[in-house]
Amino acid sequence: MKLEVNGNEVEITSEADTPLLWVLRDELGLVGTKYGCGIAQCGACTVHLEGRAIRSCVTPVSAVAGKRIQTIEGQASDQGLSPVQQAWLETDVAQCGYCQSGQIMAATALLSSNPSPNDADIDAAMAGNICRCGTYPRIRKAVHLAATLMSEEQGA
Amino acid sequence: MSEHLTTGSMSRRRFVQSSGALLFAAQCPVGLSRKAYASGAGAMMNSFVRIDPSNVITMLANNSEFGNGAYTVMSMMLAEELDVDYRSIALEAAPTTPEYYSPLFREYLTAGSVTTGSTFMPMRTAGAKARAMLLEAASRDWGVPTAELSTVDATVQHAGTGRISTYGELLEAIHRLDIQPPETVTLKDPSEFKILGKPARRYEGAGKVDGTAEFGIDLKLPGMLYGAIARPPVHSGSVVDFDATEALAMPGVVKVKAIRAGVVVLADSYWRAQKARAKLKINWDRGANDGVSSEQFYADYRALADTPGLLAEDIGDAIGALDAAEASGNVVEATYEMPLLAHATLEPMNCIAQVEGDTCTIWSGTQYQSNDQEVISRFLGIPQQNVTIHRPLMGGSFGRRSSKTADYTVEAVEAAMGELVPVQIIWSREEDIRSGHYRPLFVHKLRGSVDESGMPEAWHQVAVGQSLMQGTKHDPTYMVRGIDIYSLDGCLQEPFGVFPYGTSYQIPNHRVESHNAPKKGIVPQEWRSVGHTHTGIAYECFLDELAHKGGIDPMELRLRLTKDHARMSRVLSVLKEKCDWDKPLAPGRGRGVASRIYNISPVAQAVEVTVAENGDFTVDRVVCVVDCGFAVNPLGIEGQVEGGLAYGLGGVAFGNIDIVNGEVQQSNFHDYPVMRLPQMPKVEVHILPSDEPPTGIGEQATTPIAPAVANALFNATGRRVRRFPLSSQGFNLV
Repeated sequence: MKLEVNGNEVEITSEADTPLLWVLRDELGLVGTKYGCGIAQCGACTVHLEGRAIRSCVTPVSAVAGKRIQTIEGQASDQGLSPVQQAWLETDVAQCGYCQSGQIMAATALLSSNPSPNDADIDAAMAGNICRCGTYPRIRKAVHLAATLMSEEQGA
Repeated sequence: MSEHLTTGSMSRRRFVQSSGALLFAAQCPVGLSRKAYASGAGAMMNSFVRIDPSNVITMLANNSEFGNGAYTVMSMMLAEELDVDYRSIALEAAPTTPEYYSPLFREYLTAGSVTTGSTFMPMRTAGAKARAMLLEAASRDWGVPTAELSTVDATVQHAGTGRISTYGELLEAIHRLDIQPPETVTLKDPSEFKILGKPARRYEGAGKVDGTAEFGIDLKLPGMLYGAIARPPVHSGSVVDFDATEALAMPGVVKVKAIRAGVVVLADSYWRAQKARAKLKINWDRGANDGVSSEQFYADYRALADTPGLLAEDIGDAIGALDAAEASGNVVEATYEMPLLAHATLEPMNCIAQVEGDTCTIWSGTQYQSNDQEVISRFLGIPQQNVTIHRPLMGGSFGRRSSKTADYTVEAVEAAMGELVPVQIIWSREEDIRSGHYRPLFVHKLRGSVDESGMPEAWHQVAVGQSLMQGTKHDPTYMVRGIDIYSLDGCLQEPFGVFPYGTSYQIPNHRVESHNAPKKGIVPQEWRSVGHTHTGIAYECFLDELAHKGGIDPMELRLRLTKDHARMSRVLSVLKEKCDWDKPLAPGRGRGVASRIYNISPVAQAVEVTVAENGDFTVDRVVCVVDCGFAVNPLGIEGQVEGGLAYGLGGVAFGNIDIVNGEVQQSNFHDYPVMRLPQMPKVEVHILPSDEPPTGIGEQATTPIAPAVANALFNATGRRVRRFPLSSQGFNLV
């Protein structure tokens, strides 16, 4: 089976029913995507499928064959961190950091469909991403900052 | 540069050289046991800094990083005195040897919110002593007085001659001139601080935004097998027999075997191991805990609370005063009930183990290395020093990874026994919720009275719950006359055991008793802020009941009760002003306050809630005032307060583990809900300026939020919750 992960075509051998999460982690070594619950309740495994945020822990790999998958490892470019990653760093969001790959992927998907979300938009879009350290106030702050960085980038 | 620099007397033998690098050691002015010095463990003793010739400065960190910010504050302390950028310091987890044990715990343990306080002098001293040696080397080598030298960005500079050397370049001179660490060293005056006291971003933050931060679950060793364990439905149940025919036929499965924890499937990927586990047919012996139920715990504990417990404190004559007050109707009686709670760290428990001959190596996210080492060495029958522990970052811990039984560690060792490759055990979320360790269920019975002025006159509290420390190796330290001091966290007015503090409140007649409930059904475990997680609710809510009875404003009552406690008085006074306590609220809204002292740091919080007719409520605003002494990293403190109270708020709002017929009923985040972003209140954090030594902040904010919210709900609705979580009583945080 062939996948397109972070712009690279990869051949994988996992069984068709293997969740994308475990293909990414165990077969492709992309361990930035995390296991948290296995039932799409916590968002730690969030990746992008054709630009939309999905829960890779409940997505059989066969369902994404040939489609465009982005993980946290594909967020930074040659120009450096993405605006969302920059905002996360500047706001010092992370504590244990385990959920933050998923948070960043969820925020990135939100901003691509809604470039200037308000607090309610952020709450709604990010409600599926659990942070046990409770970094929520800074997540809100960082999403706003990322929105600003992105609009500045586009204005530039 | 390969021979050891071990000249001089043993007492001055404080640095060694290895692989071209110097390892400096610090003689710390505080917090080191005499035993550690006398043990003659040698040059490695209390050694935190290594500088290599290429000027890489490495810190050996003897406190774990699980979101608490340990690596940030420790590198800041070292960097301040060594005049380097804290972010440029390389970091290694220090090995599990006695010289790295916590000076407070005498173990390799990160717990109790003591990292900042207990490393403040040692890490600064380590940096300052290393710097002194570098200065001496430059001074003697260059023939200039030390006073004319300065240190900037990991270099020594001489303004007069323009000479400049990196620290790494000076290693040769240190060696050649046989420069030894000074006996004493002068640390910077706080007015000279460039790093400490300033907001600093997380040391390891970069890897936590690009996915490169390495957690235990992410490690993959050559040839490693993944293990998934089928665990008994009841705690301490065991395998009678099992049929693995189907599991063994599944792809990638290498072996199935019974271990003490259950039946483990070893496979070439975790998913395959998990999938094959579902095919196992196992006969369980349900064991002694079959039939245990949490409802029975409540009933048994309530009955116990009606009987005299072990007497912890008896100031004045509480019983006499209460009996006398009955006649005047000035007595309030209430029973508070707090459920079992799981920690639910987002990174589930996991551990890699490799057993080779009489040595064992583990890779484990742990708060408690020395104990892991001890438990493993006992299990394998090998010397403790033959157990090597590599400690990656942890995806949360909240107490769970300080397991006294080393449960998730030693089972990995058992699974790896007889295998030629390393084995990684990963817990599913279901195992984490069903088969974990729990904040013990507690019942507190309280009886109190107010005098004619409305002030509390007598207080009688009986606490019932499973002890954390009874029967463990910590029994001698943390059990006082049979009483677990954590069962009464923050409930006592006088010093108790090793705790120099209790509550800041002074009530003239104060009697507190404790029952250690029978050990059954679960393994009790510290949960962020330990005993305060239940005592805080019981104490602060019942105090609110007395305030109501006496007709005194709850904030005013607390201010009066703490008038002799300068630090808490200041915290409460600032809180009252910052939270607009006296500003009226609209109907359906309410305000609540609570204050606690955890490990010396006084913390108080005021919250505002809005409650709908159907009991749905929001926490609109939390104002938190903390006095944690000198604020080493204000940015980190603010984060710990926000996160700490989020953890406590989720716990009080809907945290609940039920046991029926010995089996935990919850299994994942759908039935064990935790805080989510929409439920998170706006938080204002006020850190009081202080010149006192730094104290903790990791757990302090977790406690007051629970009673403050319950008190605010009462303020809004007139309904007092005495059984938790709030969701079980019709109050749903939305």
